Amino acid sequence: MQELAITVIGHDRPGIVADVAGVLAGLGANLTDSTMTRLRGHFAMTLVCNGPQPAAVEAALTPLTADGKLLATVRAVEPDAGGAPRGEPYLVSVHGADRLGIVAAVTRVVEAEGGNVTDLTTRLTGPLYLLIAEVDLPPAAADRLADRLREVAKTLDVEVTLRRAESDLL
Amino acid sequence: MTTPIDALAGWTPESLGEPGTVRAVVAAPDPVLSRAGSDVDPCDPEVIRLAADLIATMRVSPGCVGLAAPQVGVSAQVFCVDVTGHPKAVTVHGAFALCNATVVEASRWRPGREGCMSVPDLTGDVKRASRLVVEGQLPGSGVTVKFPADGFEARALQHEIDHCAGLLFLDRVAGAHAIYQRRTYL
Repeated sequence: MQELAITVIGHDRPGIVADVAGVLAGLGANLTDSTMTRLRGHFAMTLVCNGPQPAAVEAALTPLTADGKLLATVRAVEPDAGGAPRGEPYLVSVHGADRLGIVAAVTRVVEAEGGNVTDLTTRLTGPLYLLIAEVDLPPAAADRLADRLREVAKTLDVEVTLRRAESDLL
Repeated sequence: MTTPIDALAGWTPESLGEPGTVRAVVAAPDPVLSRAGSDVDPCDPEVIRLAADLIATMRVSPGCVGLAAPQVGVSAQVFCVDVTGHPKAVTVHGAFALCNATVVEASRWRPGREGCMSVPDLTGDVKRASRLVVEGQLPGSGVTVKFPADGFEARALQHEIDHCAGLLFLDRVAGAHAIYQRRTYL
């Protein structure tokens, strides 16, 4: 058994998740982390599982992709030991008129300040472009990043907010 | 003598003395929504007209429980709220408008799903205080009122006060997966 990274993307229809999960279960592949959503109506799923050889999983998924409406890829990956976040969690919200390069410019600034993007969503609805990113920042980096984000937002003509992500311990 | 809290309870949109005109609601990314509104004189006839227009526009908009001046394209510290009859509302102060409102006290933070007429295609999970004390001035009389609000009315007040500060709920969503495509329109 080894860790496999699988992506499935394509034309949405009911039953894709059940089909993919059924194939994996049939092979004895244990699905661990997964995420699935629809991106502008396209089915998009990424998952990690412990399973047999990638070729065997790919072959078992072939019936799902045979009609050319879905694309599935299977890759063996090294198990990641360091899953724990190393910084302080922050949220970046960006919204404004759509234009080329918003995600590139904003995430480059985060990277330049030593931050790591851990979760990211973008949406384009009508003329409004929205980016919400969860980032881990090194200690005491937030103020500088906030300044840099303000500069970038000005050049992009978008609004940006950086704030600490709160979590409740119950 | 009228105490401030009685002034709010006794206030009705009719006291503005004009019916108000329905105005067009602007949507993001219109820059007016991202500008902090100016302080206003609650007795200025233009501000009184604006308050009446906000209430008139809120009333013709299905499901709308609050509307702020930036949403009708005016960068000013004026908004209206009316959560009467809303299933999530606890305490209800009826329909009212406020000028230059600020949050004095906030506690008991709770998550909740929010939408906005100016962001018509998205909703998001936002943490807001469910206990609030708000201070502001009533348009027309200019009387300062300071009153407690809770539950859904407190959420609506924070949403509108944010609008007057140039903030959308998009600036406060709880995480990268706390944004949803809006499917149902009232």
